[in-house]
Amino acid sequence: MANSKVKIDHVSKIFGSKPKSVIPQVKNGKSKAEILEETGHTVGVYDASMEIEEGEIFVIMGLSGSGKSTLIRCFNLLNKPTDGSIYVDGENIVEYNSSQLKKFRQDKIAMVFQHFGLFDHRTVLENIEYGLEIKNVSKEKRRQIARENLEVVGLKGYEDKYPDELSGGMQQRVGLARALANDPDILLMDEPFSALDPLIRREMQLELLDIQERLKKTIIFITHDVNEAFKLGDRVAVMKDGKVVQIGTPETILESPANDYISDFIKDIDRSKILQAENVMIKPNALVSLKDGLKVAIKEMEENGISSVFVVDRSRNLQGIVTIDDAIEGIKEKKSLEDVLNQDVTTVGKDEYVNDIIPKALESKYPLAVTSGNGRLEGFILRVHVLSGLVAEEVNESTEYHG
Amino acid sequence: MSDFPAIQSHLGDYVSDFVDFLDNALAGLFDFIFFISSRTINGIEAFLDFLPWWLFLVLIFLLGWYFKSLWSGLLYAFFIFLVGTFGLWEEMMMTISIVLSAVIICLVIGIPLGVWMAFSKGFSTVMRPFLDAMQTMPSFVYLIPAIFFFGLGNVSAIFATLIYALPPVIRLTELAIRGVDPEVVESAQSFGSSRWQMLTKVQLPQALPTIMAGVNQTTMMALAMVVIASMVGAQGLGEQVLISINRIDIALGFEAGISIVFLAIIIDRVTGGVADRFQKHRRAK
Ligand SMILES: Nc1ncnc2c1ncn2[C@@H]1O[C@H](COP(=O)(O)OP(=O)(O)OP(=O)(O)O)[C@@H](O)[C@H]1O
Ligand SMILES: [Mg+2]
Repeated sequence: MANSKVKIDHVSKIFGSKPKSVIPQVKNGKSKAEILEETGHTVGVYDASMEIEEGEIFVIMGLSGSGKSTLIRCFNLLNKPTDGSIYVDGENIVEYNSSQLKKFRQDKIAMVFQHFGLFDHRTVLENIEYGLEIKNVSKEKRRQIARENLEVVGLKGYEDKYPDELSGGMQQRVGLARALANDPDILLMDEPFSALDPLIRREMQLELLDIQERLKKTIIFITHDVNEAFKLGDRVAVMKDGKVVQIGTPETILESPANDYISDFIKDIDRSKILQAENVMIKPNALVSLKDGLKVAIKEMEENGISSVFVVDRSRNLQGIVTIDDAIEGIKEKKSLEDVLNQDVTTVGKDEYVNDIIPKALESKYPLAVTSGNGRLEGFILRVHVLSGLVAEEVNESTEYHG
Repeated sequence: MSDFPAIQSHLGDYVSDFVDFLDNALAGLFDFIFFISSRTINGIEAFLDFLPWWLFLVLIFLLGWYFKSLWSGLLYAFFIFLVGTFGLWEEMMMTISIVLSAVIICLVIGIPLGVWMAFSKGFSTVMRPFLDAMQTMPSFVYLIPAIFFFGLGNVSAIFATLIYALPPVIRLTELAIRGVDPEVVESAQSFGSSRWQMLTKVQLPQALPTIMAGVNQTTMMALAMVVIASMVGAQGLGEQVLISINRIDIALGFEAGISIVFLAIIIDRVTGGVADRFQKHRRAK
């Protein structure tokens, strides 16, 4: 909480002639449709609360009309919330007077728009320097800063073009450069890549991640594309009908969607690119230590109904694997556990993406061992789970993947 | 057939009383308008008088060339030359002075009013019926209060012209400002622009092409008033037309009339060219 950059607290935004009067009715649980029918007011956002950490990319996702734009416009008070507070660095910006608000917008926060919102009577460079111009930064200085930012977005050489002479992707780069030129702490991006075609969009996503790597802004990013949300978001908030229905990391949302709406939403996402080994591994019930010997190993396997078991040392570092066949053979031939130990185990790091594990799973004869950085065995992944795209344990989810 | 019952209203009298009242109450204002208008017109006229005739031709040529094409420039200069050969050079200068003064005053008054209407729904609602009335009322009607307030002469002509030609620039300014892409306005807002910065750096420049279309219309309407305005003593080409009517002088009527047409063509094309130029870098959507 101490380091949350932005905190919004029970924020609601109602559109209509007497927005405040509608709040109690929403509180009583009336739906958005009922409210519209009875009072003619539109519930844009209702009772949204969230905290956004410094330096994270926070994605707000939801279907069209779910209130994403309405919410993001509250962060720089393009929409004034009907109710609730918004704290940025601990200050409630809803209570700002107009000069404080102006200063806040000039210094702390900048926005990138879906349709770019560029000034088509100004050249690219003049667009980028706009934010500095209205802060009365000297012409020379703001030109220089604008040039630097034009370079950051890879548009060097386009200084004197007009926005209309650029492609959509390039125009949005100008939009991004214009926002960055002000060196804001917080970057608001309302579906910035939605108007671009898929190839350019992917390129821009990677570039945004790249820029973020260097600049470490706090980014609030809106999209209705789940893949985009999970690719970019450190955390994701899902909205429906003006309400925030779940907030969490992409992994937690994938693993435990809060309701059917979200399950539906994430149905067609490519999980293998989001889930890491850690998320799909099974925690071992049975583990055998080297000094336990073959008999214990066989007993463990029989009790747990498994055909092989991992062998670890005292600090749980992986030593190898024994199969039930080898173990029984070994007892007959009076060998030790060490003799029949198979060290040809494929190990994967616990933060490797499932997508990257697939080739390894194809080659391996045994379950994959999942280890943490220091070599400690954390769990294992059955090949069939990776290959069939199954998430461990949740058998019912396999129905989604029958095709 | 039955007669209309003996009910009489005296709306006309009331208006007349009201105009009397205005003349007394707002004497200072009218003096001010008189002062400004006559200053403007005298200034412009003095300037045009000071220009040698050939330099004026060159100027017209350059305007046509810059905003349209080389051939247009030549053609416009030739038109002006023709008017000179009709012996109407001085009258033409007078007419240009009146039209220019009226247009300048129209812009100075009209653009701020249009901006205000764009920002205030209430003001816009109040203004709209007045603008409608100004545009649809027969233009002769303005001549009466004009004489009343300013006497016979050029100032009255400008006043009558103003009332007639003001609405398009006001309307189009309002329309243009309201029509600026809301996302563009929001993006300016999101950077913390003040109201004034927003207006001067974003809204007006964005609105300029449409406003220029208003300027073009206003200018044409001012020119259309030239003959009517001569009834309250405006000098220039209109006066010549009026004289030719009185004398049934076809030759003079034609020459003065065609001179007005020439002016109209030149002014329309040049202001249109200026508007196009502002449009140039605009989206082709
Ligand atoms: N200025 C406004 N006046 C009235 N209603 C509005 C206004 N802005 C948004 N709304 C309503 O608020 C609701 C949420 O709209 P919003 O634009 O925030 O949705 P969104 O999630 O951004 O959708 P999209 O993906 O289409 O951009 C909608 O029902 C919309 O009609
Ligand atoms: Mg939106």
